[in-house]
Amino acid sequence: MPKIDPHAIRQGDRLALSRALSAVENNEQAGQELQSFLFPFTGKAHLIGVTGASGVGKSTLVNQLAKALRQSRTEKDTPKIAIVAVDPTSPFTGGALLGDRIRMQDLAGDKGIFIRSMASRGALGGLAHKTAAFATILDGAGFDIVLIETVGAGQAEVDIAQLAHTVIVVEAPGMGDDIQAIKAGILEIADILVVNKADRPDAENTALALRAMLDMAHGGSLPVAGKHMRQNAKLPQTESHTVSDEWRPPVQLVTATKGKGVPQLVEEITHHRKYLLESGLWQVKEAHRLRRDLETLIRESLMDQWQKKVDVSKFESIMKDILDRKYAPIDAVKLLL
Amino acid sequence: MTDKKIRVLIAKPGLDGHDRGAKVIARALRDAGMEVIYTGLRQTPEMIAEAALQEGVNVVGLSILSGAHNALVPAVIEKLHENGLNGVKVFLGGIIPEDDIPGLLKKGVYAVYGPGTDTQKVAEEIVNAVSKEDN
Repeated sequence: MPKIDPHAIRQGDRLALSRALSAVENNEQAGQELQSFLFPFTGKAHLIGVTGASGVGKSTLVNQLAKALRQSRTEKDTPKIAIVAVDPTSPFTGGALLGDRIRMQDLAGDKGIFIRSMASRGALGGLAHKTAAFATILDGAGFDIVLIETVGAGQAEVDIAQLAHTVIVVEAPGMGDDIQAIKAGILEIADILVVNKADRPDAENTALALRAMLDMAHGGSLPVAGKHMRQNAKLPQTESHTVSDEWRPPVQLVTATKGKGVPQLVEEITHHRKYLLESGLWQVKEAHRLRRDLETLIRESLMDQWQKKVDVSKFESIMKDILDRKYAPIDAVKLLL
Repeated sequence: MTDKKIRVLIAKPGLDGHDRGAKVIARALRDAGMEVIYTGLRQTPEMIAEAALQEGVNVVGLSILSGAHNALVPAVIEKLHENGLNGVKVFLGGIIPEDDIPGLLKKGVYAVYGPGTDTQKVAEEIVNAVSKEDN
């Protein structure tokens, strides 16, 4: 494998970029070096998450969204767009079938768009462990917008809220009653709600149920408690309590297969970005994301250090004692650290 | 420590709409622990080479049942090379007449598989082809 030139990535060399992503994904030394090189250039891209259950039409929507976004934007010329599409890795074989490109064929031939499929590789939050690092590389490579499509997510796969500036949650009609809409989880992380397949008869009802749910969340005197789990980081907080999120997620009806409702969705995305920048929430989100990245890296690094110095035979004998129920794993930790 | 996985692009160039074989192979390679990118029907050689570039694949599998393999396969390989993907291995599956196989191998595909091929063999030969390169 030839050495990857980081300057080539900055200059838009697509092969260098692709190799960089592979190096990052495979946890190679070169991947770390490239992240270090590119990091100072990052912080400019708008990271947009697209999430929702399997089969609601995420890939089709991302396809249409990318097309529409390529024709949008006033402040700069046409934005360069990267798409990261995550699909699940089989827990049994470690393999994955990545099929999101099937719905993105319209985008072929446009050199301003770069699509990369990604297997989740055992991560459970709807993204892969390296998705955040991919966002760093793509941001540093000069993409203006990074669209991140999660695996088909149900109720708990909310990692995207920590990564993206704007989270679009896609619903489809007929996916459940209004109790589904007031459960915790994926709906709470939405900055924009999309009811896709709006040509179906009950789409308007789904939109109504979602709007009613939002009225409950935003109507009372309580602040939007825990929205985006911003108050959840374990380390001491310094900056994030000063800005509160007053954003009320719009509900947009879309027929992604026909592109209907997509221009309005693009407007809402632009509007949300503007809101984040003007309210100062953009900075808050950045601080949160980077804090979490740092925590994750520290955890991994401590684990590596421990693995290097742990006495394997001692570890195995303790393992055996645990199996024999001599003591609990929680007590073994004390013996091993 | 690296966590390398073999990444394979399964593509159907040309105009035939029969993708059962492509899907069977995609599924089998997934079960063999690979990351398989499937792009769907009616891909041009440019689209395939571009997808291979973006996806960082080690291997491209082409499925052709239209009889246009002698035109399409060299075109795909040429486009891959234009994109700087000289190390990417290419195999072919479909209805390919015996007489055409030597020419296709010469053009740069490392294997040609017909109907009824054991998918495990396909997976094993991918592993071999990729490890030879050791990219």
